[in-house]
Amino acid sequence: MKRYLPFVIVVVVALATFGSGAMLYRAKRPQLHAIPEDKAVSANSGSESMHIRGNPDAPVTLEEFGDFQCPPCGSFAAFAEQLLKEYDSRVRLIFRNFPLSAHEHAREASLAAEAAGMQGHFWEMYDVLYREQAVWSKAPNTRELFESYAGTIGLNVDQFKKDMDGEQAKARVDSDVARAESLEIKVTPTLYINGQPVDPKDKNPEGVRAAINAVLAGKPHA
Amino acid sequence: MTVSRFRTALYAIVAIVALAGLADATYLTVQALTGETLSCGGSPDCFRVLGSSYGKVGGIPVAMFGALAYFTLFSFATFAAFGYSWAPKFVALLAAAMFLATLWFLYVQAFLLHAYCRYCLFSAALTFLIAGLLIAVPPSGRRSST
Repeated sequence: MKRYLPFVIVVVVALATFGSGAMLYRAKRPQLHAIPEDKAVSANSGSESMHIRGNPDAPVTLEEFGDFQCPPCGSFAAFAEQLLKEYDSRVRLIFRNFPLSAHEHAREASLAAEAAGMQGHFWEMYDVLYREQAVWSKAPNTRELFESYAGTIGLNVDQFKKDMDGEQAKARVDSDVARAESLEIKVTPTLYINGQPVDPKDKNPEGVRAAINAVLAGKPHA
Repeated sequence: MTVSRFRTALYAIVAIVALAGLADATYLTVQALTGETLSCGGSPDCFRVLGSSYGKVGGIPVAMFGALAYFTLFSFATFAAFGYSWAPKFVALLAAAMFLATLWFLYVQAFLLHAYCRYCLFSAALTFLIAGLLIAVPPSGRRSST
């Protein structure tokens, strides 16, 4: 019996590893759903914030739910900029705020971006926030930094301060968060291409390009 | 305790430590496969390391290679503990390869990514522990007075 015992132990451990790995995979795999028709991207209205970068009539819509304090979102922002140049007028990017509670300054950053948006400079603030993410994320005076960024991109800083504390910016962020929650989004960045979720494991340049190419070729990407 | 028993005990400990490494690497593999290493909001914040270009080889998460290595090491150490004479040299070879790989990954985290993943550091600690245990394994055929 002792002769076979190591074989038995090894097989049991192999099975236990596969079994527990499979269970963990099932438990952790996010269940993303396509965006239903009634929540499909529509014209901007009311408190809904919809920030579009690129050709507004592009055939491919890349919708991002992002958190300004999330490093992978920062990496994605840099990639998205490159992507828009690469696909020229065929792709547009829509950003939705989804500040995670785990990130201390994420909501404030979203409010800063929305306040900048009220002066027509959302994307400039978006770029600065992601570019300077490592600085303000750890800074004690985040608010002052956001105000200095507002000045740098040419905003009326007094108005920016008022807008950051105003109800409209809050309502816009809350509207995005409500949309994310209705789609059962838990992590950032979460991406949709023409309403279809991008598989989390494909949230890399190759995966996103492949998904966009599939849509442009008329094939379903997911 | 005889040298033989001491060796058996050490290989058994190596097998148990390898099991801990297997659990760690399996968890990281699942994280990589679910895309959690490319996101915020999951756990833990290891994306800087696991989501980097060094986190995959040929499109396969390095954690999966780690899980395979720990499982193989566990298997060899188990056979060595049960007295299979061919097993110790495979344990030593594999542990040496894992030790070198660990040094590389520590270098990548410290000097290339400037970020650390606590699960990767845990794995590194286990590999160092295994290397230390194997250095303590006395050569066969000698007796110990302990």
